[in-house]
Amino acid sequence: MKPNVKANFNFAFFLRESMRAMRRNAAPSFAALATVTVTLIVVGVFIPIVQATRGAADSVRARVEVEVYAKERATPAADARILAELKALPNVQKVVFESKAQALAAAKKQDPAAYALLSSNPLPDTFHIYPSNANDALPIRQAILGVGNKSDGHAKLDREIATVSNHTDDTQKLLTVTRFVTITAALLAALLTIASVLLIGNTIRLSLFARRREIEVMKLVGATDWFIRWPFVIEGTIVGALGAVGAIVVLGVTKLALLDPLASNWTLIAAPRTISFISLVLVLVLSGVCVSALGSGMSLRRFLRV
Amino acid sequence: MPNQPGPSAPNNAVIEFRGVSLRYDNGHAGLDQATFAIERSDFVFMIGSTGSGKSTVMRLLIKELEPQDGVIRVAGRDLSSIPRKQVPFYRRNIGVVFQDFKLLPNRTVYDNVAYALQVTGHSRREIREKVPDVLRLTGLSTKLHNYPDQLSGGEQQRVSIARAFVNHPPLLLADEPTGNLDPETSIDIMRLLYRINRTGTTVLVATHDHAMVDKMRRRVLELSQGRIVRDEATGLYERDESTREFVSRLRTGDDDRPDGI
Repeated sequence: MKPNVKANFNFAFFLRESMRAMRRNAAPSFAALATVTVTLIVVGVFIPIVQATRGAADSVRARVEVEVYAKERATPAADARILAELKALPNVQKVVFESKAQALAAAKKQDPAAYALLSSNPLPDTFHIYPSNANDALPIRQAILGVGNKSDGHAKLDREIATVSNHTDDTQKLLTVTRFVTITAALLAALLTIASVLLIGNTIRLSLFARRREIEVMKLVGATDWFIRWPFVIEGTIVGALGAVGAIVVLGVTKLALLDPLASNWTLIAAPRTISFISLVLVLVLSGVCVSALGSGMSLRRFLRV
Repeated sequence: MPNQPGPSAPNNAVIEFRGVSLRYDNGHAGLDQATFAIERSDFVFMIGSTGSGKSTVMRLLIKELEPQDGVIRVAGRDLSSIPRKQVPFYRRNIGVVFQDFKLLPNRTVYDNVAYALQVTGHSRREIREKVPDVLRLTGLSTKLHNYPDQLSGGEQQRVSIARAFVNHPPLLLADEPTGNLDPETSIDIMRLLYRINRTGTTVLVATHDHAMVDKMRRRVLELSQGRIVRDEATGLYERDESTREFVSRLRTGDDDRPDGI
């Protein structure tokens, strides 16, 4: 017996072995391929949908702001002081100052007819406060008004502040709804990921089960675990890659034929920023290959215990 | 073949069982305090009814099972000292033949035999040299490209023997090699095993075919309920008899037609 301890990783041999296995076990291989394709199509559709939903929720939340109106007689010096004070508040991302004149111009643009009749400018100097997180809008409002102080406004942040916009109910609702949407989307994404991994893993296990006798024989003639495993891992990689390519073709055709014409006619659909097709392709190929190769290698472990 | 008949010196033993016991989970005794030794280049039969422990001995020898008690040595090496990772390398020194052949169904005869060499990292050139050789020895030269399901039972068993022997292992185990075969084919298989034994390979054959064993007059280990109940290592037989003499003796009692080896 010659000592044959050289690590024999012969890629060409393993590749030939996995090709042979796929040719000879066409039905289980095809089942695995179909499973990967279908699962990846679902994932490929779902990723942009989740992203669009979250994007929509985020853009709605980004619009949450607190408006502070200065008193009619506020001087530019007072405005500057208020601006500095507002900026100093915690959780404030930015404060945008809009002078009386700017406010009037903006309002006129929106509704020229109504403002054409006015002789003077009824609009106050306005400060738009954008909180760093939409959830902070209400605390900021309270901080400006003076928490818990219901007297005639002397506890306000500044004497020259007339009022603070009151959208408490709207903001509250908006926050609840968007949070719900975000959590639901994340939950669905997690469920889908788990389901995909289980589904692909199960299919692989099934095709391995059909070949457990073969594995037993290999072990009997002295094949090492990895010698048996490599062809399966390569096979998994090929199946995963082919499945991903199939899914991408289907998704690409669908996108070109259905989504793109719709999006150009109807700007609404294109609005939320979603993953680019190239990145989606990368994600699908990578996850297909990884899940299926790892799945093959790991499911095999059970059958290697001979 | 340098065979020294006589008391077995332990260091010359290929297989040595000392007080080996194994009890299965269901309470069934696989082996009970089995002690025996088999010398190099010996041809030994192991007989006993189903469940007597023959297969347990085989499975212990390929380290598919671990004994709960006792020591098993193969070529002087204590099997319990072989770590799990080394088991595949250990198995390459042992050829194994089973009752149900255990061929790979989706490979040709040639590829089935070649696989045993591919596993050990032989080059394609070596494989191209060795596989036809061993298939000629086993009389399968014309069946190279057939698949196992296109062969008769005897032919399939020849393939499995060819696969077991292609590495020229020092030890060949055969677990009921003729269990699925008719008597005439069984004699062919026994002849083949004997021929392999004549090249110096130690052969251990488990069978429940008493008639065949009695006729062959080799050393016999009889097992019953996990115990060695008979060990006839007597000089009843001629160790160096030719394959022809061996086979003709197998046939006596059946008929006396001259065999055409």
